[in-house]
Parts: sequence; structure tokens; C-alpha cells
Amino acid sequence: MTLRLTNTAKTFPDGTRALLSTDLTVDKGEIVSLLGPSGCGKTTLLRIIAGLETPDPGSDIWFDDDNVTALPVERRKVGMVFQSYALFPNMSVRANIGYGLKMQKLPKDKIDARLNEVMDMCQLQEYSARAITALSGGQRQRVALARAIAPRPRLLLLDEPLSALDAALREALRDELAILLREFQITAIFVTHDQDEAMAIADRVAVMSGGRVAQSGTPEELYRNPKSTFVAGFVGNAMHLDGKIKGKTLTLNGGKLRLSTDGSDQNIYVRAEDVQIDAKGPLTGQVETVTFLGSHYRVGIKGIMPSVLTSIYSGYNAPKVGETVKVMIEPNALILLPNQASGA
Amino acid sequence: MFKSKTKLLQLTVTLTACAFLLVPMILSVLAGVTANYFQGISSGFTLKWVFRVWELYADSIFLSMWLAFSCLVVTLIIGLPAAYGLARNPGWFSRILEEFISLPLAVPGLALALALLQLYGSMKGFRASWTFILVGHVLYTLPFMVRSILAVLAAMDLKTLEEGAASLGASPWQRFRDIVVPNAMPGILAGSLTVVTLSIGEFNLTWMLHTPYLKTLPVGLADSYASMRLEVASAYTLVFFVLIVPLLMAMQWASARAQRIVS
Repeated sequence: MTLRLTNTAKTFPDGTRALLSTDLTVDKGEIVSLLGPSGCGKTTLLRIIAGLETPDPGSDIWFDDDNVTALPVERRKVGMVFQSYALFPNMSVRANIGYGLKMQKLPKDKIDARLNEVMDMCQLQEYSARAITALSGGQRQRVALARAIAPRPRLLLLDEPLSALDAALREALRDELAILLREFQITAIFVTHDQDEAMAIADRVAVMSGGRVAQSGTPEELYRNPKSTFVAGFVGNAMHLDGKIKGKTLTLNGGKLRLSTDGSDQNIYVRAEDVQIDAKGPLTGQVETVTFLGSHYRVGIKGIMPSVLTSIYSGYNAPKVGETVKVMIEPNALILLPNQASGA
Repeated sequence: MFKSKTKLLQLTVTLTACAFLLVPMILSVLAGVTANYFQGISSGFTLKWVFRVWELYADSIFLSMWLAFSCLVVTLIIGLPAAYGLARNPGWFSRILEEFISLPLAVPGLALALALLQLYGSMKGFRASWTFILVGHVLYTLPFMVRSILAVLAAMDLKTLEEGAASLGASPWQRFRDIVVPNAMPGILAGSLTVVTLSIGEFNLTWMLHTPYLKTLPVGLADSYASMRLEVASAYTLVFFVLIVPLLMAMQWASARAQRIVS
């Protein structure tokens, strides 16, 4: 199913403009992530699509050729996975997953067939008769997903589906979720504040900020070609190189950098993995912190710009704290963005 | 030495308190099965007085049970949707409404009865019917039902559970039937037992509202104390205990169960 939103906005009764006028199209079978910090409007947008919030007048929501703007949630045929999972404590695992099918008043043998199919897919057969309270966090997440998918919804919506889990489990389930969503072959939208999660699961990421979509594209596009300082900072934590720009030269406290194009009226950003510690580098700074992260070190360097410049160092002999180091940044690794008010 | 002395003191205080509570009850119950109270236990035990109570007051017992059952039905019909409404719309208005429903708890039963008499006393048919007492009982027990259900509903994320059911295609009525009521069950059970126990034991208000043809169990008790011989009155107490104590225990069990969900 293709989802199309036009001119969709939400103003809460207290006057808060949670979502500014937004247009969004999600193609059939596409998995889109709404990514942004808390309060950016991503959950509001998801709830409007679900039918759990009423958008402002003038908004239009289309599921293929049906205008569903006025339909209540129970008639939109969407599957929803809630942040807290919202599993029914009065029902067993099987009854939870079968609830949507029961609401469709399908014959019992059809319900059983679909239930077995979904529970096999989500590896839940052995927990069929269990109470919800007897499940672990990861199992609950799978039950919530199975319950949402069982009635064959037109659209699957997931609200921070992994945030209730602890860090180790979250990473394992992230990949599992990405595989399952593709197996279901369903149009899906999921909300997250975790960029790794968004990149790992989604075909396309819509970065949101201040109630609007700041930029939407594949994870690679967003990472390599951010269109605003907010997106550059939020996706991949690019650092602002704060210095004086004259033509093709950027002058920092710790030395001068060559730019590939004229940098006047631009903000210049760089990512930690592009900051190389190299004896031949043009910038000079002092190591302030060294953090060992297994596959690499994170080295914080001061003296190059007013704030700390972070470098990823993957060699064996990391510099020591207090040491003076030379730093190099390739001109094509710099991200140039026009001067503008920060979107954050 | 000091420790055992403290223990001894604790034990003494506990036993004294128990005796203080239990001895009058035991004496009263014993009197109900003693052949002649003035001769004492030596006159022998008998169930004569208990049968006598049954002959005289069976109507009161059945009336009380019927009243308690009707009161339960009415408080459920009013109380469950009320608690649901309050739980779904928290805010200052709900808080005020909840306090308002609870008002009969703070007002003496006599005052409540007087108000009812002033308002409905002239409606002869209603005044003389058992439904008049029912109205009093409902006013008095409704807050217990509402609060008991509300406590359980407020402890769970009702809104999200309902949104979950709605996203699966459940209409508002189906959500209420499949999600709200089953999950509120511990509160409904605790509230129901409280309502039945209170309705059967209520005297204050009922005494004001009753007519000579409509005596409930506690009103009959007062009547027997005032006009029967002591053994009959005591046997009545025994009958009353037999009815009310199991209810009381069930009520405490149900409340403890609901409490576990709330905390």
C-alpha cells in the first residue's frame, strides 16, 4: 500500500504546534523511519497516520486511493506496535495475537491457520499458552509484532519498538526486526530517536526536527550529503569546525586547512572518522582524552578549535593524554553547509 | 532476660486486646445457645433460640440478602462506567466528581436518611417500598465500588491498552468488554464484596428508612434486643455472625488481591 500525507499538521489544544504542515509519501513495501530527538513531532506524525490523533483541518491522509483522514483507528486496518507493547494482561500469548483476527470475525479454522503461520514466523509457538507477565522483554516485543501483523494490516506502524529493551538485546533484536519486516513484505513506518536503529532497519529515513521533516533519504544519502547543519549533527554526529574562512582556506586555532571549494558564508563540518592523527598533518593539538572502544580508540583533541575535536584512531599505539599530535583532514571529507540558523 | 521480658509484655498486651474484643462476642454467642441464661451454662445447650430467631425473623434475613444483591447490581451498573469514565479522563473535574460521589461517607447515615425522607417521604408508594431502602444503600455503598475499581484501573496504562485494541479493529464497546472489564476484575470483585457486606450490615441509615413491614437483618437485631428475651437476641447475634463473617473474610481476601495489582 502507498501512504500519502498532504498538508498534514497538528496543533494541540494548548496551542503547541507538534507538527507543522508536512507532506510525506511512503511507497508500497517501503520501510521508512521517522528519526529525531524527543519532541520533534515524530510520534505525533505516527499517531496521526494510525488515527490515534486527529490532524488539523486541511490535512489529508491517503491509503492508496482511499482518503482515511476521517476514519477512526479501528477502521483503518493498520497494525501498531507500541513503545510499551500494550499487550493485554488478561489474555495468553495466543489470545493476544489472535485478537485482531477475532475482531475480523473470521471462521475459527482460518484464525488458527493464520495464528500458526504468524507464530512460526516470530518463533513464538512454544510460548502460545503463556501469560504475558511470564515473558521476557524480547519475547514481549515479538508478541507485539506478531499481534500487529496477524490481521494482515495495510500498513505497519512501530513506535520506538526497541526502546524498552536493554542495550545488548536491543542490538540483536534490531537486526531480527529488520529481517522480519522484509519477510512480511509490508509498508512500514517506525519511529526512533536512535540513528543506528534507523539506519539498520529502514530503506529510507526521514529526519525530523521542530515539527517538520528536515531531510528524507536513504541512510547513505543522509550520512554523506546532509542538507542542513541539524541533519549533519544528528546523523553521524558531525562536528562544527569553528574557525575563520577566507576563500579556500579555513584558519583554526591549531592551524590552517585547505578546502576543495570556496567556503565563504559556509559552515564546515567533519566526522570523527575523517579526523586522522598523522605526523604530516597541518593541524596541531593536545590530546585531552583517550577512550578505548575495542575496535578503535576515541581521541579527544583540544587546541585545534574552541571545543574538543574527536578523532577515531584504529591503530595499536594510541597517543597518550597530554601528548601533542598532528592532525590531518582530507579536503573532500569536509561537509560544507550554507550559513543558517541551526535547525535543532 | 530483657528481651524475654519485652516479649512477655508484648504477648500480654496482645492477649488482653484479643480478650477485650472476643470475650463479649463469645459471651453473647454462648447466651444464644444456652437453655436458660439466668441459670448459666449448667442449664445446658440448645438450638431452640436459633430456630426461634428463624421463625420470627426469616423475612428480615431474606430481605437483607435481596437488598444486598439489588444494591450490588445497581452499584455495578452505575459504578463500573463511572470508574471507567473517571480513569479515562483524569483531571481536576474528575477529582471533584470523585469527591462528590464519596460525600455520603462523610455525612452521618442519619442525615442522609433524613434528606431522603424529606425529598421522597410524601411519595407514599415509594416510601413504603423496599426500593426506598435500596436507594439509601446505593448512596452509601457506591463510593466503595467506584474507588475500588478506579484504583485498579488507574494502576494500568488503560489508554494505551485501549489504543492497542482499537488498532486491532475493536469498537469502543468491544474494548470495554474485552479489555477494560477483565482487567478491572480484581477491583470489581473487591468492590462487590465490600458493597454486599456493607449493605447487609448497614443499620444507621436503614433504621431511619425502614417500615414495620420492612426490617432488614440489623434492624431486626435491634428489634429483638428491644423486645425479645435475651437468649433470642443472642441467638440472633449468632445468626448475624454466621452470615457476615464469611463475607468479611472474602472481602479482605479480594481487597488484598486488588491491592497487589495496584502496588
